Formats: sequence, C-alpha cells, structure tokens
Amino acid sequence: MRLRRFVFLLGLATGLLTGTAYAAVLKATLITPQDDPRFERSRLERAYLGHPGGPAGDGLQVALEEGRFELDAAGSSVTLASAAAGSLAAARAAAQAAEKAGAAVLLTDLPADWTLAVADAVKLPVLNIGAAADSLRQQDCRAHLFHLLPSERMRADALAQTLVTRKWSKLLLLTGPGADDQQRAATALAAIKRYGLQVVASKAFKLSADPRERELANPLLLTAGAAYDAVWVVDSDGEFARSLPYRTVLPRPVVGDAGLVALAWHAQFERFGAPQVSRRFAKSNKRPMTANDWAAWVGGKLLVALATTLPKGPNAAWAQALAKTTVDGSKGTTLSLRAWDGQLRQPLLLTDGQGVISQAPVDGVLHPSNVLDTLGADAPEKTCKIAR
Amino acid sequence: MIRSNAVAWALCSLALLAGTAQAQGLAYVSSEKDDALTVIDLATLAVKGTIATCKRGRHLQLTPDRKLLVACTDSNVADLIDPASGKSLRRIPLGDEPEAFDLSPDGKTIYVSNEDTGEASFIDLASGKKLKSVKVGGEPEGVKLSADGKTLYVTSEVAGLVHVIDTASAKLVKNIKAGKRPRRMAFSADGRELWVTNELDASVSIISTSSHEVVATLKFEVKGARAEDITPVGIQITRDGKRAFVALGRANHVAFVDVAARKVTNLVLVGKRAWNVTLDKAEARLYVVNGLSDDVTVVDVAGAKALKSIPVGRVPYGLVVVE
Repeated sequence: MRLRRFVFLLGLATGLLTGTAYAAVLKATLITPQDDPRFERSRLERAYLGHPGGPAGDGLQVALEEGRFELDAAGSSVTLASAAAGSLAAARAAAQAAEKAGAAVLLTDLPADWTLAVADAVKLPVLNIGAAADSLRQQDCRAHLFHLLPSERMRADALAQTLVTRKWSKLLLLTGPGADDQQRAATALAAIKRYGLQVVASKAFKLSADPRERELANPLLLTAGAAYDAVWVVDSDGEFARSLPYRTVLPRPVVGDAGLVALAWHAQFERFGAPQVSRRFAKSNKRPMTANDWAAWVGGKLLVALATTLPKGPNAAWAQALAKTTVDGSKGTTLSLRAWDGQLRQPLLLTDGQGVISQAPVDGVLHPSNVLDTLGADAPEKTCKIAR
Repeated sequence: MIRSNAVAWALCSLALLAGTAQAQGLAYVSSEKDDALTVIDLATLAVKGTIATCKRGRHLQLTPDRKLLVACTDSNVADLIDPASGKSLRRIPLGDEPEAFDLSPDGKTIYVSNEDTGEASFIDLASGKKLKSVKVGGEPEGVKLSADGKTLYVTSEVAGLVHVIDTASAKLVKNIKAGKRPRRMAFSADGRELWVTNELDASVSIISTSSHEVVATLKFEVKGARAEDITPVGIQITRDGKRAFVALGRANHVAFVDVAARKVTNLVLVGKRAWNVTLDKAEARLYVVNGLSDDVTVVDVAGAKALKSIPVGRVPYGLVVVE
C-alpha cells in the first residue's frame, strides 16, 4: 500500500472573525483505489452517464474551499488527507492508519466490498461517496456507515416514477452481462413492481459482432417481437446502452443506463443555485461535474456543516452529531440522512445527457412524512436490521 | 361655519378619491431568460410592452432620481433605463456575475454582490469604476445598506452567513450565522432590526442591528405544505414598520406578518415559486413575482386576496413600481 498524503488546511488565519485562540480541526481522510480502472483514459473520454468523471478529491476540495468563510466565522477548520489503496486489505489498513492518526471522519470512493471492509475496520463514521450498491444500505448496513451517492434502488425508483407520469407502463427489459447487471436488473424489477409498471419481455444482451450471436447483440432483433412503451436497459459497462437509442424496432424511448437516466447531478441542472456549483467545479477541475462529483462535493459540505455546528469537536461529538447534520446540496431542499439506513435523502435528476428533463420525486407521488423517501428503501421495509 | 363645512367636504372627497382611485403608473419586471423588462400598466393590470435590456436581468431598483437600474448577471453590467422614454441611458460594469445590489443614499455608489467570485463590490455609478471590493462567503445574494449608508449587509447562500461590512473602510466587521441559504433582507421601520429570509429553513432570522446577533427566528408553516417546500426569498416591510410580506417560494404563498408580534396573520395563494415581493406606494397592493409560473400575482393587501395574475417574461425575478 502506498499512502499519499496531502493536507488541505482551511480557516486558521482568521483573527478578526473568530476571536478564538484555538480553532478545532476536523480531520478527515479520503480513501480511494490506487490505479482506479474507472479513470482509464478511454473510459473517461466516453463519459457514460452515471459513471464518474474523475477523482473524488476534486469535488471535496471545491466544497472545502466554499466552506472557508463559514469555517472562519465559526472558528473551526477541516483538514483532508487522502490515501490510495491497491486492494481491499490495503483499504482496510489505510482506514485503521487514519483512525490511529486522529481522523474524525473517513470518506470512501471504493467498490462496495472494500467500503464494507473499511467500515468494519474502524469505529469512525464512514461517508460512502462512490458505491451505489443497495447491499451496503440493506443487509450489509452499518450504524456508522453513511451514503451520499444515491443507491441503485433510488435511481430505479426515480426512473419508474417518471415512467408512471408519462404513462409508459409496458417495458422491455434488456440486461447486460456485467458483474453487477443481474443484481441491478433485480433492483429495476423491484422499482417497476412498486410503481405498477409491467415488463412485457425481458432479454439478455451481449456486445458482439458474431453473426451466430446476433439474437443477443443486434438491437433490432433484441427489440422485436413485443409491444412496449419504453426499453429499460441495464448496462453497467455503458457501451451497448449508448448504442441503443434510435436503433430499436419500434420508435420507443430508451431509459435506464442510456437515453433517459436518473442521476444525483448533471452539470446542466439550472435550478436552486446548481449552475454556480457546476461552474465552480468546472473552473477548478477543467471538466463537467458528474453525479459522483456531486456526492464527493456534498461530502465536503457535510464536513463543513459538522465543523461549524460543533466547532470544537471532539471526534466523538462529531461522530454523534453526524447522523443529525443536514446539508444544502443545491437541489432546492435541505438534505438529511435517513435514520434507518444512513442514506442521504435527495431529489434525483432525469437527464438525457444534454440537459435535465425532469426531477424525481415526481409531482403527485405522496408519502406520509417525506416525499424524498419514495426513492429507495423506506423505513417500514426494515431492510437494514441494525439499530442506530 | 360654511367654510369649515366646505373644508370637511373637501377632505372627505379627497379621502374618497384616495380610497377609490385607480392605481396609476407602471411596474417593471425583470426576467432571467428574456433579456427584457416587462412593463405592466397598474391601472389596467395588463402588460403594456417590453424594454430590451442586458442579459439575464435580475435585481432592479429605482435610483434616487427615479431611473431604473437593473443588474444583469450574464452581461456583468447594470442597465440604467429612463422609465419616461423606456430607453437605456447607459450601462455600468458591475464585475463578474452581479446578482443583487443596493444604492448609497445619494445614489452615487452601487453595492453589488458578485455571485461567482464571492465578493461585494462598491461601484461608482457615474464613472462605472470599481471603488472597492470585499471578499465574502460563496454565492452572495441579498445586499442591503443601512439608512445612514454606513453599514452594508450581504447574505451568503453557501456560508449561511450575513456579512456586516463597514462601508467607509470596506472591511468585514462581523459574520452573523443565519439559517440555511439566507437570501433577502428588509429593515424594520426604525432600522433596529434586519429581517433575513432563509430559503432552506422556512424561516426569517431577525437580527438586531446594534448587537448584530440573531434575536429571534420566525418559522413559517403552510397547511398542506411540508417544511422543505416552504422556501422564503423576497421580503418587504411597510413604511410604518407594522407588516412584513414574505414570498414563500415553492409553498406558492405569500405570508403577511405582524412585525411587532412576529406572527403570520395571513397566507395568500399566489403563483409557483413566489420569489420577490414589491408594494405599491399606497401599500394597497402587493406584487408577487412567481419564478416558476412566469407571472406576477397582484394581491389586495386589505383583503389579503389575490386579484389577478399577469403573465410576464420567462423566469421573472424582480419588480419595481414607478408611480
């Protein structure tokens, strides 16, 4: 394991504003994969919707920079260290090292199983900003593990709600061969069931030019033989899904991992001060802000909120306060963490990649306490058995 | 005897006139997507026309010599418009991404929030020169100058602070923690209180202008709306300081507030995302700009009732009444 460290120190030179002699420092450590395959040049260039566009540190830094004034005023500061881990074991070791070094909070942009290993290795609060797997919110939930990126289920629910408003109720479901695709298709089916939509046909696809596999690979053959209102494609890889719109037998929209996609963020979102956030991000990082960047950014916002609510810490107090901390994510409403699974409740954006078409929860969907809880596993489902 | 009767009669008819007289004058509405102001005839409550202006017009205000000044976020200028002719007189550079501003009592200095750079800038209106600038928290929005011109208040949406700036030295004196996303401000009639709307807290923070502390918080509730849908932005207080009017954003209502009691007395249903509010001179009508339904709702203050909604430009922002 190679441990890279840089420290981002904010808000100590503030005599005028604080009047306090000692500023408390909230130390956070970001753990990311070393040589992250998601950031290979060819993948980044394709910029598939829902895929990260660059390192998580980019969004975090923007948020901490934004928080400078608030931290100054509260007489507090946040330092961010980062560690890159080449394996699950290395991620676990990095987490333990950070805890030993006095970190108050860990942030992870790691695969689901690594994230869980990190959470199990420490007692600190862990903010998951990179893994969308529902397992981390359900059977593998942990009392000190929080999730800022929307789960797969939240995205599927957002899309299903949108299909309901359009009255596109008959669906052709196409599922890819990726490692996560079976699970993600099951998640899509759960959302489809929850909102009373109907799958008229379900097929597996494969990327191939082999004529012997044309039934699996040819978009025209895959989309023939059924009457549907929309095609829901599940494709973690992204290449097949991108090629599907306008290549269906019937003139029907594609949704899911291409066409219309439900995301935490899109740089073209125009409301609630979002353009300013996207612009600040683009200015600092020379690339558009993606959904993963938003999750990292909101992680930084959460650290700032925590450090300004309880300027003096200590770590134990921060850990306790975190679950109750709310944050302004520039999505029009104050965002809070769900008590039952640690997930940040949030509106999602439906985008075709060009712009933001609509938002979810959609108008008209009702919920007894908070309409944002129509996205993802709700409290009565009791999918996370751990008491918080 | 006869004379005093005549006076009484004259007074009486004057009062009658004032009570029944049709509103005179015009209202000007900025819109973020039209690069134009919409002009409303207050007598007929109909759109009279539009005036082309700079790009993405937002805050607008009258200068002491009764000219219209509108800040354009995408053009980085203010457009100075003569309402008599409907023509632009000249444009004044305001720095990067100007959003809201206030004017010095003599009308010579513009105090403006620069959204992207996180600054409050002091601009000389005559020369267009930037006199000074003060670094503030992210996405500064509301700008309000004390009546004596000595103290400037600027809200920062990102930092959740109200910055107190001494205008003489252009120094930041204090940061006051308000609620989440503080937006717009209004002074009480005696200037002792500053009311600040908190968009993401469904509240107004009431700040003492002597101690610069939050002395009270007024929470809004709307039957049938959840707290997170109550997003207050625009605010105005009557000249006598008795009532405040607060636009409640996505709750689609405007709240009438008894200032002394700090209590909501009425809620009036208006358009979508009620954004900014403006009273006419008689304080008989309240004009509410609705950002998401592209219209302005005219509210009868005495009856606490919406009279009419007038379609205006796309994403309307602010309104000024010229009577």
